[in-house]
Amino acid sequence: MNTLTSINELTQDLQPRKFGLRGQLWTTLLVLIVLNGLVSYYFQLRDGLSVTAMSNYVSWGIYISNFVFFVAISLVGSLISAILKLSNAKWSIPLTRIAEIIAVANIMFAGLIIIVDMGRPDRILNLFIYGRIQSPIVWDVLVVSTYLAISILLLYIPLLPDLALLRDKMKDIPKWQHQLYKILSLGWTGSEAQYKILHKSVNGLAIVIIPVALGIHTVTSWLFASTLRGGWNSTNFGPYFVAGAFVVGAAGVISLMYIARRYYKLERYLTDDIFDKMGKLLVMLSLVYTYFTINEYLTPAFKMMEGERSLIQDLFVGGFAPMFWGVQIFGVLIPVLVMLFKKGRKPLPLFIVANMVIVGAWFKRYLIVIPTLFHPYLPAIKQNGVPSAIHYFPTWNEWSITIASLAGSMLVITILFRYLPFISMWEIAEEQHLEPDPINPMVEKSKNL
Amino acid sequence: MESDKFSRKSFLKLGAVAAGAVAALNSIPFVLNAQEGPMCGGETVTLLSSDGKLVHVDKKSLKLSSMSKAEETNALKIRARKGIEGRKWVAVIDLARCKHALACQKSCNKNHYIPGDRQWLNVYEMQDSKETAPYWMPKTCFHCDRPPCVAVCPVDATFKREDGIVLIDNERCIGCRFCMAACPYSTRVFNWGEPEYHKELEGVVYDPEQGLPRKKGTVEKCDFCPEMLREGKLPHCAEACPNGVYFFGDLNEDTVTNGSETFRFSQLIKDRAGYRYMEEVGTEPNVYYLPAVNRLVPFDETDKHLDDKTEETHHH
Repeated sequence: MNTLTSINELTQDLQPRKFGLRGQLWTTLLVLIVLNGLVSYYFQLRDGLSVTAMSNYVSWGIYISNFVFFVAISLVGSLISAILKLSNAKWSIPLTRIAEIIAVANIMFAGLIIIVDMGRPDRILNLFIYGRIQSPIVWDVLVVSTYLAISILLLYIPLLPDLALLRDKMKDIPKWQHQLYKILSLGWTGSEAQYKILHKSVNGLAIVIIPVALGIHTVTSWLFASTLRGGWNSTNFGPYFVAGAFVVGAAGVISLMYIARRYYKLERYLTDDIFDKMGKLLVMLSLVYTYFTINEYLTPAFKMMEGERSLIQDLFVGGFAPMFWGVQIFGVLIPVLVMLFKKGRKPLPLFIVANMVIVGAWFKRYLIVIPTLFHPYLPAIKQNGVPSAIHYFPTWNEWSITIASLAGSMLVITILFRYLPFISMWEIAEEQHLEPDPINPMVEKSKNL
Repeated sequence: MESDKFSRKSFLKLGAVAAGAVAALNSIPFVLNAQEGPMCGGETVTLLSSDGKLVHVDKKSLKLSSMSKAEETNALKIRARKGIEGRKWVAVIDLARCKHALACQKSCNKNHYIPGDRQWLNVYEMQDSKETAPYWMPKTCFHCDRPPCVAVCPVDATFKREDGIVLIDNERCIGCRFCMAACPYSTRVFNWGEPEYHKELEGVVYDPEQGLPRKKGTVEKCDFCPEMLREGKLPHCAEACPNGVYFFGDLNEDTVTNGSETFRFSQLIKDRAGYRYMEEVGTEPNVYYLPAVNRLVPFDETDKHLDDKTEETHHH
């Protein structure tokens, strides 16, 4: 980044750009997938949850595991923009906004997919009319919406100087886009007082979001841990979920920053060094996660108590074993081994293993939710000669809605990337002590802070 | 009204008063449209009019409520949440008598219009360990005193009543199925799709005490048949069982009966070493089991053909 000399150059590099053919194709593809999911959801609304493979025994399926995945990956916002920021890790500054965009897009879809799972989405207001504060679901509603609100603020407030910059500098854009920047920048002038408020509020939010972030995933884990079921009846679940969430979130940031760097040629900002550091961070997070995984399975497997035994056998050597070991090997072990080497933390290999981690994490959520329901205390003997084996494999409807929700969060990310600078320009300028720009006094001011 | 000889001058509208009073009295919330005037010789009843007068009304001129469906459902919901006053329902299931006749389940399914994809009542084949004797275990909802389903419900759609019954308001349930995950006994079942059509249920006002008519996207389960209990009858499973397996009764009265035999509940539990299933999960069920000792019919001679297709045996 030492070649950066002026704010103009910075703006040139980082201002939103029109998509090329690849970008347009990508967006179109996502839109089509989302539309397909909406059609499936229409059928689900019409015919009820009978369009899914869920049954009275396996009463939660991939909607719920996908919800857990969304909550997990959204946790990265707090990791990068709060924990790293407060610990003064300057290298993560270019990642802050990417992380917040991931957080907002995914926590939004966490909220949507949980509505999709409801048998009566039309009665969602009952949560507010008759809400019982004793129910962990109500805690989840409260904490997820709080997290969404803070994440939006943490994305939006630091955008103000950049939006003002775009408002003032981007001339060759459609009028509506200019208008959008003008409205969204809330009359930002870059005065010292404004920067003071900005810094103060962002720091405040960064502190507030840490307990809320821990809260969303801990409370989400309690949806399971508060039940009397093998595999869920665990005191380890809160920290286990949080640790797993940091892993998948960090991997999400790596994946996205690789794509951004390739597509927008941002080697100057998203340097090899940042990839290296993110790789190290991901190794550390994965090891912490592994520690919790061992805690989660070793002691019950050692005791083999009734209620856990059949589940553990199913996971270790039974029907779920390929998925279970696949997740451990391809989603944790191999990525960690690769990232232990400096060459493995180069952008491309790191991008590949980060994606392995993300896919592994998705299936890990499946393994948390579904197998437990295969092993209830009371057997699945259906009477009257109806075949009784408990089974679950998501239907096309479930897949298409689930994939649409994942595509939807990517679409939100894509749109935000298209119209917002996904690397915080003013923070880079501040950090780089760039020469003041005569036509943009705001950066001069910020430099002096 | 129907006939000219009844004058219409003093038309008593007892509607609202009756609705409130009747709901509070836990009886069926009929609302009356009655007339003063010449009696036509039949039985009369005495009613309190809205202006505080006692009036005698011909029974025949009493008409079913003019309440709207919503008002009626509301009254039924109030009644359903309150429960049957002074009662504390309990069931005792005698495993020694169960021959897997499944008359209980058939009657339950028929009377609750239960579709084929679910059961409110199951009869499980149980074997606690390899060397122990297998037995049949009928399982209703346990109507726990510490019901995990009620604890997790986000909207108070499932609730615990004064008389011990755990019920569901299918018009409030949001279909999150948390209660299904929370119940350790896999008791709860779900209306995954549009409910089956039954001619008999057409126009029936929804009553949580019967869970009928069914509501799509909501949870249901065994309800101990409060509509039968209100009439002083046994639930359908107990009425149908040819072997007298099911005893129902009131803990306050310390009495249970299967229709032909009646016992002191406490004495029965004491004499027959009654227990509750999975005491260790701390849910405090209101269903007790009498162990399958001295069985009238050995397990392997009982009607097992229905389960031959399903080889699953539960090791408890």
